Amino acid sequence: MARYGMAIDTRQCVGCMDCVVACRAENGVPAGLARDWIAYETTGAFPTLQMEIRSERCNHCDRPPCVACCPTGASHVAQPGHIVLVTHGECIGCKACLASCPYDARFVHPEGYADKCTFCAHRVADGLDPACASVCPSRCFTFGDLDDPNSAISRTLASRRSHTLLPAAGTGPRIFYLD
Amino acid sequence: MGPEFYITRHNELIDPVVAVWSWQIPVYLFLGGWVAGMMILTGISLLRGRYAQRSCVCSTLPVVGLALLSLGMLALFLDLEHKLYVWRLYTTFEASSPMSWGAWILLLVYPVLALTGLVRPPSLLLDLSRTVRHASTWLQSRPHVVRAAGGLSIGAGMALGIYTGILLSALGARPLWAGGLLGPLFLVSGLSTAAAFTHLVASDPGESREFALVDNMALTAEIAILALFMLGLLSGSSAQVAAAQLFLGGAYTAPFWVLVVLVGIVVPLIVQTLAVTHRIAHTPVAPLLVMAGGLALRFVFVQAGQVSHWAHGVSTLVP
Repeated sequence: MARYGMAIDTRQCVGCMDCVVACRAENGVPAGLARDWIAYETTGAFPTLQMEIRSERCNHCDRPPCVACCPTGASHVAQPGHIVLVTHGECIGCKACLASCPYDARFVHPEGYADKCTFCAHRVADGLDPACASVCPSRCFTFGDLDDPNSAISRTLASRRSHTLLPAAGTGPRIFYLD
Repeated sequence: MGPEFYITRHNELIDPVVAVWSWQIPVYLFLGGWVAGMMILTGISLLRGRYAQRSCVCSTLPVVGLALLSLGMLALFLDLEHKLYVWRLYTTFEASSPMSWGAWILLLVYPVLALTGLVRPPSLLLDLSRTVRHASTWLQSRPHVVRAAGGLSIGAGMALGIYTGILLSALGARPLWAGGLLGPLFLVSGLSTAAAFTHLVASDPGESREFALVDNMALTAEIAILALFMLGLLSGSSAQVAAAQLFLGGAYTAPFWVLVVLVGIVVPLIVQTLAVTHRIAHTPVAPLLVMAGGLALRFVFVQAGQVSHWAHGVSTLVP
């Protein structure tokens, strides 16, 4: 069974926000809300500064707290791919999943249900990459099956150092940032 | 020096800090805890055979509990963003979700409140309905059923009280809520609120004094649990230490120490101790402060918990 994940090369990302625009267009994300976004993190002290630019979204965690706390089962892990999704018609809008996500990746859709990145499950089912990954001009995304040792993402992660966000939260995020 | 952090996201209720729950959830947790405490006190009263006396508080508490719980459920309903789908709560049971447990516990609580309320119903209800009269007579002639109802009331009350705290502590993304002490804390706080209320409304002076003593014990336990809670945070990860700092110099220092600890616990504990030792007369001041403190506790913990974050020290700003 596939277990999809994403590797994002922070050395190639320039923060152009094409991924954000592509997601908005592909998924009809309402104005003022975002399923993915760009984070700029500057560390160090002048003049020795380092900046990391990251394209961030739901981490489709291996142990998703949003799924565990959902009282109706609307938030669930979908197959194939272990993608974390929300069934809109089952969500009561209690917002427990918003509070439980350490990445603050969810929001309330104006129609009342919890919404977030779906890894473009509809595109992935057709053998395509998520919209954000497919439009990136610097080709910093690698999407694929983490359980397949021959997939592009597995080979990339095996050959490069990477990190995840907030590993101390213990959720097992599946978005990897290549150092 | 910490990192500088900017993001392009500005989602409503999430940025710059999480604020998904407003007044409704603290009110719901407060009323739920209060009702839980009243159920425990009612159960104890029934087990002790107090229902034989007309002045028994078991005549008032279940009826008030039904009204307060309904108000709490209304507050919870008002918080939902997808209100028409609320029935979905009862199409499934999600064992890992405290909210699902809570929804089903509430279904159990209503009939238990109704059953205990029928043992010694208020005279107004007895006058209004012959069915209530018959049910009450039937129950009072069967002490073993009343005892069973009392035990059920204590069990359901404890489940409800603990659930109001576990609801938050199960959301591990917020370090302030992490850990198991919120359940006991909210249970004891609910018991204290209920004892204060019962002290206010009990018509029998002896029984009223007893509840002042119960309240003092609950307040003392609350101080102990709060101290353990703070120690737990301060000896935890850096994110938990940062969460504790919200109460130790941070944004919630004044509401926590003034409203929750001083006004809600310490002052009423002193006043009530003086009253139960016959140094001053019993007044409504202490119980009213306890109830206000219980409400403040829920507001402070719900709001401060949402601000606490594993990526502490990081502010999310739109460039």
